[in-house]
Amino acid sequence: MEKWPYSQGWSLGLVLGALALTAVSQQRNITVKGSDTMVILGQRWAEVFMAKYPSVTVQVTGGGSGTGIAALINGTTDIAEASRSMKGEEVALVKKNRAQEVLELPVAVDGLAVYVSEQNPLAELSLPQLRGIYTGALKNWKDVGGRDERIILYGRENNSGTYVYFKEHVLQQADYHPTVQTLPGTAAVINAVARDPRGIGYGGIAYAKGVKRVKVKKDDQSPAIEPNMENVLSARYPISRFLYWYFAGQPTGELETFAKWVLSDEGQDLVEKVGYYPLNDQDQAASLHKLGEPGLSR
Amino acid sequence: MSTATLELSSSAVSRDRRRRIDRLTQVWVYLSAAAAIVLILLIFVFVAREAIPIFVSAAVHEEVTLETLFLPQSYGTPEAPLPYVWQPVSQVPKYSLMPLFVGTLKVTLVAMLFAGPLAILAAIYTTEFAPRWLREVIKPVVELLAGIPSVVLGFFALIVLASWIQDVFGLDFRLNAINAGVGLGLAVIPIIYTLTEDALTAVPRRFRNASLALGATLWQTAWRVVLPGALPGVFAALVLGFGRAIGETMIVLMASGNAAITSWSFAEPVRTLSATIAAELAEVVFGSPHYHVLFFIGTLLFAVTFLLNWMGTLMVERLRRRLTGAAG
Repeated sequence: MEKWPYSQGWSLGLVLGALALTAVSQQRNITVKGSDTMVILGQRWAEVFMAKYPSVTVQVTGGGSGTGIAALINGTTDIAEASRSMKGEEVALVKKNRAQEVLELPVAVDGLAVYVSEQNPLAELSLPQLRGIYTGALKNWKDVGGRDERIILYGRENNSGTYVYFKEHVLQQADYHPTVQTLPGTAAVINAVARDPRGIGYGGIAYAKGVKRVKVKKDDQSPAIEPNMENVLSARYPISRFLYWYFAGQPTGELETFAKWVLSDEGQDLVEKVGYYPLNDQDQAASLHKLGEPGLSR
Repeated sequence: MSTATLELSSSAVSRDRRRRIDRLTQVWVYLSAAAAIVLILLIFVFVAREAIPIFVSAAVHEEVTLETLFLPQSYGTPEAPLPYVWQPVSQVPKYSLMPLFVGTLKVTLVAMLFAGPLAILAAIYTTEFAPRWLREVIKPVVELLAGIPSVVLGFFALIVLASWIQDVFGLDFRLNAINAGVGLGLAVIPIIYTLTEDALTAVPRRFRNASLALGATLWQTAWRVVLPGALPGVFAALVLGFGRAIGETMIVLMASGNAAITSWSFAEPVRTLSATIAAELAEVVFGSPHYHVLFFIGTLLFAVTFLLNWMGTLMVERLRRRLTGAAG
């Protein structure tokens, strides 16, 4: 299954790739497929990497984490991008179909903040409370320890990776309540919540101008964790996750070069520019170690 | 015109040349007209073709059928049943079009209630009452409104209008059907105004003269003679305005809140058909049931606006015949 091409800009990549192929017959082609959340990140990596290594062509397409993993199982992609970890049966299918072990490589970190208006006295929410709020079970701020006011829900459009992530990790796959007002982009959500004293929204941690980011508790007994880079990188903040690359077998040649470059400080700098979090030193070293890098990298 | 050319041309050579140029120009104009029609036809064919799997594909029918699109379903719990749900990205994708229909109708209704009377009264004022100099000011300024990009109107509705309407009416939701409808009305006013103004101006001068000569006031003349005479044109203006309102995307996308709720409350957010396509098509998986449903919505919108425009044109034609017939 292909994605609608225009949003991906991969048709241009394809044309350029084809041109390059006819020009240089020795081109090495790398295909990357999977998570929609990671498409832009993957494309940025590909662009910069191709500029540095002109003999390699990298094609990045989306379709969803499941699509990428299916392609890895069928052997139609070199790298599967996924914003969730692979299930046991998927790993087994790769082994069965391709006679190779799956290599899982965390390449970046993603975290979500929950916003409320600066006028809202509420300071913290637990994941079960967030689930209640967004599924419509909790309709009033006083149900979660706030003022006696209706909760006005804001969220993202259903094409957004953030929408899916929040649905999977916070709502645990339950449907959003129909009254969630869906807005295009995190900036629009923040803008709406900033103007609405009764509003609640979610989005990237990096942006938060004019709104308050509430502390999040994993459950009612857990400590409330401040959403910031430090807590996301240490995995204490509950709404954060790794973004993965999956390979069938140990990558070699250009594939290995690409993976190592993505994990290098240069590749990780790009992660931050696209709006996600780079791996912390320990995770970066661990990922590099999986690629056979002996010592600690810097 | 070509006979006139023939009579006037002195030499046979120049006559042949002119005839050739005439013929070429004719073909050129004919091709341009044909290209416009063919293009619209092709657009419809390509949009409709992507919607066909809704009717025939078994793979699509596993997720969505015509029944799930239009008829009430048993979503939700027995205590809190949800017959109509638009949740295409879900464990169990739900594709009821009802919330989108209701949303589109609500916004369009508000837009028409806001823009219709305003634009028609403005047109009556400019044609019947305003002094010439004022008319020369009002007309271009209202028509200028049509030139404002809809994204600008949307932004205005999102930032300024929404807060204002919420404060005035004391509403729970900042972004709601009223807000989006008024924003949409701003885009519809110039269409209704211009067409109504044209229709009123087309009413022959002597109708007014006769009415005034019989002792009617300006107001009586405008209300009882000119307006009834131009009525088909005014209807056409409303129908074409309605067509624009249904298809308009950017304003509702920004100002309506885009929540797919099936309720008749105008104070709640709405999600329209056009905004749904705009918001979801860019990232939908190519060839998935969701993708085909969006194209199905597109085909519906195309058909409805086409029908409305066609009806509008017919009415204008009827007005023209009626007035020229009455004159002759």
